[in-house]
Amino acid sequence: MAVIRLALIGVLTLLMAGTLQAGAIEVREFDDPVLEQRYRSLTASLRCPTCENQAINDSNAPVSGDMRDRVYLLLQDGRSDMEIRDHMVQRFGDYVLYNPRLEGRTFLLWGLPAGLVVAGGVLVALVVRARRNASARELSAEERARLEVLINRGRPE
Amino acid sequence: MTRRLLLLLPLLGFLGLSLFLYQGLSLNPFHRDSALMARDFPEFDMVTLEDPERRVDRSLLANGEVTLVNVWGEWCPECKREMPQLLDLAERGIRLVGISYKDTREKGLGFLEDFGNPFEINIFDPDGELAFELGVYGAPETFLVDREGIIRYHHTGYISASDVREHILPEVQKWQ
Repeated sequence: MAVIRLALIGVLTLLMAGTLQAGAIEVREFDDPVLEQRYRSLTASLRCPTCENQAINDSNAPVSGDMRDRVYLLLQDGRSDMEIRDHMVQRFGDYVLYNPRLEGRTFLLWGLPAGLVVAGGVLVALVVRARRNASARELSAEERARLEVLINRGRPE
Repeated sequence: MTRRLLLLLPLLGFLGLSLFLYQGLSLNPFHRDSALMARDFPEFDMVTLEDPERRVDRSLLANGEVTLVNVWGEWCPECKREMPQLLDLAERGIRLVGISYKDTREKGLGFLEDFGNPFEINIFDPDGELAFELGVYGAPETFLVDREGIIRYHHTGYISASDVREHILPEVQKWQ
């Protein structure tokens, strides 16, 4: 079943690529180099909803073209990067963000690596402390006597 | 002995994580919920495919009836293949509204002539303006809109006869 599904997706992708090859990705003119930079980074950080793993800035899918148009228009309209990302997420879902936002649902995703580093640090600290304590304790009189016996046992009388 | 068993913890953690990530490999990224799920169908004001003079808006879909909104295009082979299933749904008395997506009027009307017309009305969307608001990323896509005009179910891609039986009909009944 999974194989059939994969094959279907493959065929679909080919069909789409076939109908929509339509040529390279358009070049846009910007008067403001800052706006151009923002356009570049936005289109590189938004993921094409219909491709397997492509940002909208290097995808030929029609929806990517529509999204680039919209990013351009919203930039011209003076919207912030945050607003533009939200605009896309409201329509296409979290899927379009290459960097998922930090929220309740993604807390584990962002928090786990840092949490594991902290947990590892605590573990190392505990082990080191346990070893140091063990070596620092002085022997009791009784233990000293036993040690004496053990050391002397092998010696010739 | 228990201390020894504790040493297995990292291995168990690793196995758990592997299993979790392994499952992710078989997930189909196209089976994700629409971002518009449980939200109002977007506002729009557009003309119909059938009549360039007739304007329709959101009230078309919040009129007390459960509606299937199907996004289709003449250029889309999967859309042609699912027409028999849509005609079947219409025959069962379910209300269907089409969105003619990125077509010319001529091609859109030709499509309906060739493959049948299960739609009460078709919204004409040559630039994909309304489809963009719906987060459509390929045709066909189908949305179930409840009586108040809220999106309740979303199907991406071709609708097979078994999709109709197993998903579409139960969802329609659920919201009727």
